[in-house]
Amino acid sequence: MADSDGRQVDSINHSTEEDVKLQEVVQAKCEGKELTKEEKQRLRKEKKQHKKNKKDDRGPPEKEKEKEKASVLAPSKPATQSPAHKAAPVPVNASASESPVAAEKPAKSKAEQRAERRARQDTERASKQGKKEGGQQSASSKPKATPNELQPVKRLPEHIQVDDPAALKKLAKKLERQQVPLRSDYGYKVSLFSHLHQYSRKNPPTQQISIPATVIHPSIVRLGLQYSQGIIAGSNARSVALLHAFKQVIQDYSTPPNEELSRDLVNKLSPYISFLSQCRPLSASMGNAIKHIKKEISNIPSQCKEEEAKRRLQECIDSYINEKIILASEAISKYAIEKISDGDVILVYGCSSLVNHILCEAFEKQRKFRVIVVDSRPRLEGREALRRLVKKGIRCTYVLISALSYILPEVSKVFLGAHALLANGYVMSRVGTSQIALVAKAYNVPVLVCCETYKFCERVQTDSFVSNELDDPDDLIVTRNGKTHLENWQTVKSLGLLNLVYDVTPPDFVDLVITDLGMIPCTSVPVVLRVKNVDQ
Amino acid sequence: MEDCNLVEYFRAQIREDPDVASAVAAIRSLLEFLKRDQSETILGLRENMTKAIHRLEETDSSVAVSSGGELFLRFISLTSLEHPDLSQCKNVMIERGELFLKKISLSRGKVGKLCHTFIKDGAKILTHSSSRVVLKVLENAAADNKRFTVYVTESQPDSAGKRMAQKLGKLNIPVTVVLDAVVGYIMEKVDLVIVGAEGVVESGGVINKIGTYQMAVCSKAHNKPFYVVAESFKFVRLYPLNQQDVPDRFKYKADILKTVKDLNQEHPMIDYTPPSLITLLFTDLGVLTPSAVSDELIKLYL
Repeated sequence: MADSDGRQVDSINHSTEEDVKLQEVVQAKCEGKELTKEEKQRLRKEKKQHKKNKKDDRGPPEKEKEKEKASVLAPSKPATQSPAHKAAPVPVNASASESPVAAEKPAKSKAEQRAERRARQDTERASKQGKKEGGQQSASSKPKATPNELQPVKRLPEHIQVDDPAALKKLAKKLERQQVPLRSDYGYKVSLFSHLHQYSRKNPPTQQISIPATVIHPSIVRLGLQYSQGIIAGSNARSVALLHAFKQVIQDYSTPPNEELSRDLVNKLSPYISFLSQCRPLSASMGNAIKHIKKEISNIPSQCKEEEAKRRLQECIDSYINEKIILASEAISKYAIEKISDGDVILVYGCSSLVNHILCEAFEKQRKFRVIVVDSRPRLEGREALRRLVKKGIRCTYVLISALSYILPEVSKVFLGAHALLANGYVMSRVGTSQIALVAKAYNVPVLVCCETYKFCERVQTDSFVSNELDDPDDLIVTRNGKTHLENWQTVKSLGLLNLVYDVTPPDFVDLVITDLGMIPCTSVPVVLRVKNVDQ
Repeated sequence: MEDCNLVEYFRAQIREDPDVASAVAAIRSLLEFLKRDQSETILGLRENMTKAIHRLEETDSSVAVSSGGELFLRFISLTSLEHPDLSQCKNVMIERGELFLKKISLSRGKVGKLCHTFIKDGAKILTHSSSRVVLKVLENAAADNKRFTVYVTESQPDSAGKRMAQKLGKLNIPVTVVLDAVVGYIMEKVDLVIVGAEGVVESGGVINKIGTYQMAVCSKAHNKPFYVVAESFKFVRLYPLNQQDVPDRFKYKADILKTVKDLNQEHPMIDYTPPSLITLLFTDLGVLTPSAVSDELIKLYL
């Protein structure tokens, strides 16, 4: 269970309030439902107060007692139980970091505590079912829901809170529990980006795992290494590799006795995901894929046999890859080819698998156009795109991004790929994309972004600082004419090397987004998200 | 129903009621076609309808006829056609067709009601060419006892602006006809610009008589509001990126497309105004910003 931290404090508090709780439960049973409602309201008020106090100062643990009370007296539906458990570790951690409570009473064992709590909740549930059900349940479940909704509504992902020591501690504890190695940051970070991780490619986290790895499946270890060394790069490639690795994991998985596949497998996947995000922060497409798989796994009916379940999950992963990536790119090519006319000069940036596919298809359909490939250091991904296009026989020109304003007057259209499309219409893509869109707008050249719908994410971002990825700063070191200038950059105290990976482009610079659902303006991304959520 | 009969019926509709939108006339003709159709299967029926729509597009190459026809077809087929008997299905489709027709006949009135409140007392309005929807809006505003003056561009090559001026004169609205080239000169005098539309595209931009884009650019430069009034059946699933990207079948009149070989010598009849230049669109679905048009289109077409 998630409460392994702050065990001591938890149990100590428990024993003091135990009697109080028992009393209250007895009271609740005897008197009418009005009392429990009142009580719920009182608890709700106390919780609100607690949240306010928590903001001012990490206050006394009476609040914690009340939290426990709230979690006990609520109807013990499993749905509400998990938010309670989620809420519990947060205050428990908070109080664990300060001085512990009145530690007078002897600590009971955790299992005993939990068993007692469960017994109490069962009796309470039985008594409640004796009374009127409908109004009771909803009334009591609502106060349970709202206090938990009053919890920090959106918790910031830890990978953008690197300068917050509390968040780091939390992460360290979580990784320790999952037995995943913690990767340490490397080199001096530019102050504007000090809230992001910066790792060195020379120290992959795979070096810190013992062999044989017991917790992490070998295909996941291999995948993590491929991510951190940049062997697999590009949004689609990473997602597909992830899904194939998960297929392998599911193949080798066997349900332990007394466990259900639907619940246990999801728990097994969590340390893998933590490990992968230590190797390289997850992309939006990978996040969506993982969400989809987790949903599928938890939807497996419990009476399904293991072999059948595994087969079903493999099929589901295959169909996801097929529908969302392969067929989507076919659909997008079809729409995009309508926009390519004879005599066009098309500008592309970096290496997007989707844009390359579109251009190759258009060339096969006998459209006459030529391509200008724009590239930038340190990744120089444009060379790969150039290689693929030239192999097809398409006429190409290659420039670096500094020559952009020189070459733009010749261009008739710009095709860009995307890493993710955010809910406010901003396009998150490789660094340099927003520069291209800006200059293209200044020259009145239409900018078309091609993106599959599985890359749409609910996040909102208006600048490239808040959430980004810092690559290895040593990549910026270059050797020319036998001289390596930045070799000892670490010794110069005031020098920082910044190697950003992504940037966001505002929707005013994008004229058209081509998705597998059709051609939409950039401002209609939330509409698509809404329609998708309705479908699901 | 023969092709020529269809075209004749369509032309007759326009002759009898000159005030009707061409798309409405087209839909009436399509409904008549549906009633007289003799096909045996639903698929055959749909095919015939599609052919009829193409035939009408060839007669009158406006965007509205094309969009109206497609929406009509979608609307009547968007119902359960699981009846075993074909005539029953046909009746269901005819019923829905009548419903659609009734709805869109009222749309011009709805737009007029929405828009006239944006015209303040003493306003000077600039409009382009001849639009029946704009006429309705100004009619409503005048009926509301508002005082305003109107400037209409001549709109060559067919001098449609002069026709508009005559109609406005009949309503006792002070109107001045100006040259197309006067738009930049007069923009500082006017308070707002209202134009109609032949088609509203997915990006939120509009396709309208040539000269509209110019007017939009000038009004943006002077920070004057640029309003477009259009009924919802003019929403079309096109996404032009620039002027070149608009299909030729809309730019030129139908007979010219058939007879002339080198289109470079011909004068295009319409142009495309991008959404960044439009302040608001008034439709029977409500007052929309250009970015909301895509939302409405997704709802209409999905």
